[in-house]
Amino acid sequence: MRKIIDTTIETIIFICGILSIIFVVLIFGFLFKEGFAFFKSFGIIEFITGRFWYPTSNTPSFGIFPFIIGSILVTVGACIIAVPIGVMTALYISEVAPKGIRDVLKSAVELMTAIPSVVVGFVGMVTLVPFIRTLFNIPTGLTAFSGSIMLAFMAMPTIVTISEDAMRSVPWQYKEGALALGATKWQTIRRIVLKAAMPGVIAAIMLGVGRVIGETMTVMMITGNSARIPLSIFEPVRTMTAVVAAEMGETVRGGMHYKSLFAIALVLFLITFIINFIADLFLGKNKNK
Amino acid sequence: MSKIEIKNFNLYYADFHALKNINIYIEEKKITAIIGPSGCGKSTLLRSINRINDTIDNVSTSGIINIFGEDIYGSKIDVDTLRRNVGMVFQRPNPFPISIYENVAFGLRVNRIASNKNIIDETVEKSLKAVLLWDDIKDKLHKLALSLTLEQQQRLCIARVIAVAPHIVLLDEPCSSLDPVATQRIEQLMIQLRDKYTIVIVTHNMQQAARVSHDTAFMLLGELIEFDKTEKIFTNPSKKETEDYVSGRFG
Repeated sequence: MRKIIDTTIETIIFICGILSIIFVVLIFGFLFKEGFAFFKSFGIIEFITGRFWYPTSNTPSFGIFPFIIGSILVTVGACIIAVPIGVMTALYISEVAPKGIRDVLKSAVELMTAIPSVVVGFVGMVTLVPFIRTLFNIPTGLTAFSGSIMLAFMAMPTIVTISEDAMRSVPWQYKEGALALGATKWQTIRRIVLKAAMPGVIAAIMLGVGRVIGETMTVMMITGNSARIPLSIFEPVRTMTAVVAAEMGETVRGGMHYKSLFAIALVLFLITFIINFIADLFLGKNKNK
Repeated sequence: MSKIEIKNFNLYYADFHALKNINIYIEEKKITAIIGPSGCGKSTLLRSINRINDTIDNVSTSGIINIFGEDIYGSKIDVDTLRRNVGMVFQRPNPFPISIYENVAFGLRVNRIASNKNIIDETVEKSLKAVLLWDDIKDKLHKLALSLTLEQQQRLCIARVIAVAPHIVLLDEPCSSLDPVATQRIEQLMIQLRDKYTIVIVTHNMQQAARVSHDTAFMLLGELIEFDKTEKIFTNPSKKETEDYVSGRFG
């Protein structure tokens, strides 16, 4: 009897474990099938480098270059804001803050992950967007810059919690050794803690980037959704995710437009897959030490 | 004058009275051993001498520890400078996860002792030679320090301390994670170093104290029971507790 229970439970656990892999493979396969059908009739190079997105015109044009630029612009902007603040917050929480503040801050940061993206978008829309418009005196506050700021908020919790874990798992003996040699607290943090935690910090940044690049609702609400190549960060942009989300409802199932959205999703999937893969490489390196 | 004077020193971990009114005078350029059963406070006492205990929450102290006549718990003291002058080697070898070379250079850089590459190179070589590690590793200075054996790592940790030219070296059970052969070699190293540094060693191993030290302090439950010449402690102690401990009746 006990043998049977053992085998049953083992099988259930095995199935659960394997399911997640199956799902990823299925999603990828589905995207690949639809996206590939699109690339057969519309060249992949033209798709990625094309500058015009007229999916429903008589002679349709499917160029997603403006969206790739839009996604990159918003993501890079968000990283420039979120990475330094996030890493420094993590340092503060793990190395500097007294215990009371540390616990409060840590829970607060973790709570930030729980804010739904539509709420972030909404708050950004009513507070940040008008502020940006008046501050820079530009025609609209719905810009790549606004998107970057709000997305930075969304990437920060990931960056903070994961890099803080990495910093905290730096063995206490290293810090003690450094202090005992006469290093100041800051020298110890900079030369030992940060160095030892670096793989984890890079992985945290990558996961934060993955979150930003895949984010849809917030960017749809505050980046202005303009399908042209922006000349500066103070112009409206449209990201790859926003295109898919906004247009999927209006397409004819099985048509070129429909398939082109899958192709965008495929490109996006590949980008996030690569980012996650890099993050995994760094996380793995961290564990092997 | 003695190098380290500890006067009426008390230490509390929150409410726990870990060191009770310790008085001890440690002499210059000698090896002083602190022995006693687990939890007697010997490591705590050692860790008070470079104030590395400060890094633990809720530690409070009273009394005086004078090093070169200056109270290290006084308000004028700069703790980072103190720790540079009072080096410490820990129980488990704790080389930093950087190269062997950078491990030794670390103290020189953070204390701004040297920034010139030639001087750093020279000091690294000299320090590694002093711990008899140079010949084994001179070709792999830029390899990760964690790739060394435990004994080599511990030697590296000693080299790292020596590099910043401290006056005092504190050793906290430096051989407890080493095998007997490595232990013997580290002990020989201590004997070689004792002419240059004032060494205080905490050890679990009574024979080790007997082999290397000039003076021995015996501690029990946070109190200093007896402090005398090592020979006397091990052959003719004045206190009953000391005799019971060194003869192996408890501990």
